[in-house]
Amino acid sequence: MNSPAPGFGLIDPLAGIPTVDEPLTAKDFKTDQEVRWCPGCGDYAVLAAVQSFLPELNIRRENIVFVSGIGCSSRFPYYMNTYGMHSIHGRAPAIATGLAISRPDLSVWVVTGDGDALSIGGNHLIHALRRNVNLKVLLFNNRIYGLTKGQYSPTSEQGKVTKSTPLGSLDVPFNPVSLALGAEASFVARTIDSDRKHLTGVLRAAAHHRGTALVEIYQNCNIFNDGAFELLKSPDTKDDAVIRLEDGEPIRFGTEGQHGVARMPDGTLRVVDAAEYGTKRLIVHDAQAPNPEVAFALSRLADPSTLRTTAIGVYRDVRRATYDDLLHEQIASAVDDQGIGDRPVLEDLIAGKDTWTVEA
Amino acid sequence: MAKQVVQLDRVIIRFAGDSGDGMQLTGDRFTSETALMGNDLATLPDFPAEIRAPAGTLPGVSAFQLHFADHDIMTPGDSPNVLVAMNPAALKANLPELPRGSDLIVNTDEFTKRNLARVGYDENPLETGALDAYRVHAIPLTSMTVEALKNVDVTRKDAERAKNMFALGLLCWLYHRPTEGTIAFLKKKFASKPELLRANTIAFEAGWSFGETTEDFSVSYEIKPAPVRPGRYRNISGNLAMAYGLLAASWRSSLPLFLGSYPITPASDILHELSKHKRFGVRTFQAEDEIAGVGAALGAAFGGHLGVTTTSGPGLALKAETVGLAVSLELPLVICDIQRGGPSTGLPTKTEQSDLLQALYGRNGEAPVPVLAPRSPSDCFNAAVEAVRIAITYRTPVIVLSDGYLANGSEPWRLPDLDELPPIDPAFSTAVNHVAADGTEEFWPYLRDPQTLARAWAAPGTAGLEHRIGGLEKQDGSGDISYDPANHDLMVRTRQAKVDRITASIPPLEVDDPDGDADILVLGWGSTYGPIGAAVRRCRDAGLHVAQAHFRHLNPLPVNTEQVLKGYRKVLLPEMNLGQLALLLRGRFLVDVVSYTQVRGLPFKVAELASVIHEAATDE
Repeated sequence: MNSPAPGFGLIDPLAGIPTVDEPLTAKDFKTDQEVRWCPGCGDYAVLAAVQSFLPELNIRRENIVFVSGIGCSSRFPYYMNTYGMHSIHGRAPAIATGLAISRPDLSVWVVTGDGDALSIGGNHLIHALRRNVNLKVLLFNNRIYGLTKGQYSPTSEQGKVTKSTPLGSLDVPFNPVSLALGAEASFVARTIDSDRKHLTGVLRAAAHHRGTALVEIYQNCNIFNDGAFELLKSPDTKDDAVIRLEDGEPIRFGTEGQHGVARMPDGTLRVVDAAEYGTKRLIVHDAQAPNPEVAFALSRLADPSTLRTTAIGVYRDVRRATYDDLLHEQIASAVDDQGIGDRPVLEDLIAGKDTWTVEA
Repeated sequence: MAKQVVQLDRVIIRFAGDSGDGMQLTGDRFTSETALMGNDLATLPDFPAEIRAPAGTLPGVSAFQLHFADHDIMTPGDSPNVLVAMNPAALKANLPELPRGSDLIVNTDEFTKRNLARVGYDENPLETGALDAYRVHAIPLTSMTVEALKNVDVTRKDAERAKNMFALGLLCWLYHRPTEGTIAFLKKKFASKPELLRANTIAFEAGWSFGETTEDFSVSYEIKPAPVRPGRYRNISGNLAMAYGLLAASWRSSLPLFLGSYPITPASDILHELSKHKRFGVRTFQAEDEIAGVGAALGAAFGGHLGVTTTSGPGLALKAETVGLAVSLELPLVICDIQRGGPSTGLPTKTEQSDLLQALYGRNGEAPVPVLAPRSPSDCFNAAVEAVRIAITYRTPVIVLSDGYLANGSEPWRLPDLDELPPIDPAFSTAVNHVAADGTEEFWPYLRDPQTLARAWAAPGTAGLEHRIGGLEKQDGSGDISYDPANHDLMVRTRQAKVDRITASIPPLEVDDPDGDADILVLGWGSTYGPIGAAVRRCRDAGLHVAQAHFRHLNPLPVNTEQVLKGYRKVLLPEMNLGQLALLLRGRFLVDVVSYTQVRGLPFKVAELASVIHEAATDE
């Protein structure tokens, strides 16, 4: 059950973060550091989208922190003129959790990749999602290890031939959206690096979600896995391959809107011919649905190998009390009930209940 | 007839029974009453890692040893004068350590054929004369407890379980301990279970009355309070003192405390304790693993809070990479390693000092970390405060090496005056600190204090000081990524120099040499302070001239270390590992340190150390 945070409806999801006096611009978020991604990398598009979108939140630059792990995407904080930490492989969600818990006045973002978040750091990611700490996680998924020069990753399709798998990879990939939904995530979305408008819309929704938001960004690595998302990007194929989720709308896609998603008598979701099946019988997308089952079923429509019929957009966006808000409530009520822990209280605590005095 | 009262100067009692018999609780209660009497004391809980090992077996034996005296003592004692054995397993496991002539209190109800056979007794030792060398008090503790509770509405099982209180009552009578504290304790513990409260209280009182009336005990004993420095005292264990030290340091530095931790024996009690103190603004975070525990603490430190993680050896191994990141980020972080027997899972509930080299060197790259160690349970408070002072002043991770013996052992503690704590100033940056060539003012996170070499520390939320730091090598000053060879050489040496400069803020190694002419020095570090001190005292009483010095700081070492080491013909260094500090001192100072080691999971015995010192001192 998703019990809303006490008083949740009354507070702004960005509550506690100081706002700006003068509006900021994208330029305010650029640093003097030379960006060192490969020319043509999808990361540039994401960086530009984030820098352009942040000013609209009207929060102070000094109260924004980007924390990353290791990998190409994890260089991201160096290029953001905010506070930032480039940490160690896989651990960014854990580090960001400590920061977010300590400092409710900060907007904390994690930038990670498929190897960083789903392989070495898988444990931290799932626990951050389940706790619902107030973090925004941008997972750049290029389905390959780029910085180590081209080994297969936990999202690579099975059979992938890489330097470390000359005869093809053997393991089944993770579907990051399915994984996040299974890990009790309160916000899960997927978007594509090259679709600036969609990307920005998803970032906006994530920023306005109080709790852990997982945003999977399909991101092209033009050196080691070029064209991995071509089916979803090419004007010739994308309309029939991508399912764009719109909250409150029937799920339809295709050049003519000819495809739809419907529930079968056995309970599963299938792609159907919209006209033939009847547009009224199509599933209406509900990101606020308390139960994540439909969102999970939507995440399973994508072919794990080709990614055909991949749904993008906000799969899930539900209200649930955040770990940090609950912790701060516990602290506040401890102070209310017992009084603030000042020096005399500390001295009493240290002395305990059984003391004796030795006279001079 | 009034019973005779004999004055003793010291007593060592060992309570031993099944892990479910409540021996730790019994020992704790007796300790509390003893502390209130004003005796000096030291305790040694010794229990198996299993929560409930098979009943009545040797591996399931749980023991608690308490040494109390009318004078200053330094250890929980080598071997008991009194053994309370609740079953045959407890007797068999502990008898080899019981000196002849000692008192042996035995629960005869448990000496059944089946229980005896279980631990390999063919015959009942109570009947064979095998215990003739001891003063045996054979008492049917279980049935007497059940009999005393016949009018109380509890199950037979609950009645039997109160036998530890019967035993405690008897011991309290025997050693003139007050009873009010235990009665008050039971009232609190069983507040919601009035029948259990009644049962335990009656069992406790019945034990006391039994001592008073039985002919089995013709004398009782009195141990006068120990003369100590005037002041207000309490009894405290190492883990509790560590938790309080962290709280006090949080108060002193005005930084909210954040503890990221993962449950691990014997460190978990620090997490339990700090999680109770939310009114102080303490945030405790039980992480998904050891790595996340230290990661979250480092995240909190980046946020300008006091980041702490607690662990034991296996956990320290997992945290190593994050500690290395903290070295590179130059952020304050405190890692409390409550050492236990290793390698691997090792001996979770037993003590050892074998993480020293891991703490000093267990990271990739040149990653110097200050390391310090408390010397007694109450000293964990001071060690925690000192660790926080160093971490914050020098912007560095600091490792505190406590151990299972200190963590669970306890001793009387003169309450500290908070005004005497060292100042701890985070000295956050609030303004830009550098002017670029083109005249723009900017913040350089790696600009250093010329004295301490501590870098500028700006917490998020400080306008105009936005900056990025990371684990990649940084340009001196600006903190920008740098792969320049000369800069890397400079940064590696600078991080080392910063740790070395801590030497200026720590006291020199103090040598205790009352005669001033000793030619042998006994060195130590951490929890061996008590046994070494007691052994040195014993050797001096025997006429030997022996000097003693004990390290609090293992990195950096005190400024006079070399001079001290080179001032003696012989340097002896007992350690509960295979000679880790000895290796280090030999390498650093080319001094032929003699290593004496033991890794039995238990503290050194005084008699054994005394004979080692004696041999070393008299060996030409």
